[in-house]
Amino acid sequence: MTVHVDLLTARELASSRAATVSLLAPVVRFSLRVGADERDALSSALGVPLPTRIGQCSRQGETEILSLGPDEWLVLASESEAAGIIEACAAIYADAPHSLTDISDREVTLLIEGPKAGELMTLGCPRDLDRLPDGEARRTVFDGVSVVLWRDGAERFHIDVWRSFAPHVMSLLTTGCGELALE
Amino acid sequence: MLLIHCPYCDETLPEAEFAYAGEAHILRPDNPADVSEEEWRDFLFIRTNAKGPHYERWRHIHGCGRFFNAVRNTVTDRFLTTYKAGEPRPELDTLTEDGQ
Ligand SMILES: [Zn+2]
Repeated sequence: MTVHVDLLTARELASSRAATVSLLAPVVRFSLRVGADERDALSSALGVPLPTRIGQCSRQGETEILSLGPDEWLVLASESEAAGIIEACAAIYADAPHSLTDISDREVTLLIEGPKAGELMTLGCPRDLDRLPDGEARRTVFDGVSVVLWRDGAERFHIDVWRSFAPHVMSLLTTGCGELALE
Repeated sequence: MLLIHCPYCDETLPEAEFAYAGEAHILRPDNPADVSEEEWRDFLFIRTNAKGPHYERWRHIHGCGRFFNAVRNTVTDRFLTTYKAGEPRPELDTLTEDGQ
């Protein structure tokens, strides 16, 4: 049976003394693919430097750029900044060919915070998250699902999950949130 | 779980982020119509099936997304090295079981 879950309304999904899991409000996301020779042109056009090391984020205002791969970046922005980003990239396209794709609706964002947030993440993520510095992010896997995972602080994470997998990840985190509180 | 070093991310990461992608350094003939049926069969199906060090492709699918090459000992399951796609295959006598 298909269970339809509301993925548009930001809200708390689960809360215990271990952790709190919330669904965040929609945000604008672009996938940016560009070669090494054109990278600097894109940095100037966007006014935010494209980080060169995989996992690094640069931020300017509400815009954030995360390096996901050697030629792949994720650009996050507020709705009011989106049109400006599309325009700035289009203006340099002839001299600096690249691909900028709006993928806002592809994913939803979940916030995981609380005294056992890190332990809750180990339910699905095989990475050693102690080695992920605050303020950085990685694309990784969560119980078989590709996610982008940010470490915001010692016990605070957020993840971008493809929306068709979100009900699965949300239910796993909700279960874990309750189980970790029992210990 | 195996730990695999991604040469693009420059991190050693759990196997669950990676997908195996068959033997490495197998070149597709430039013009398939020019090769014999035996050569085409060999390209498609015939593999080394090594017992010991094996040159193979992996993809960091739940990560940077890149394909890269590795040398793995098929008996011990140890990775001797990993290297970026397009780089020459390392000579076996330069590799050790510690992956150094
Ligand atoms: Zn990688």
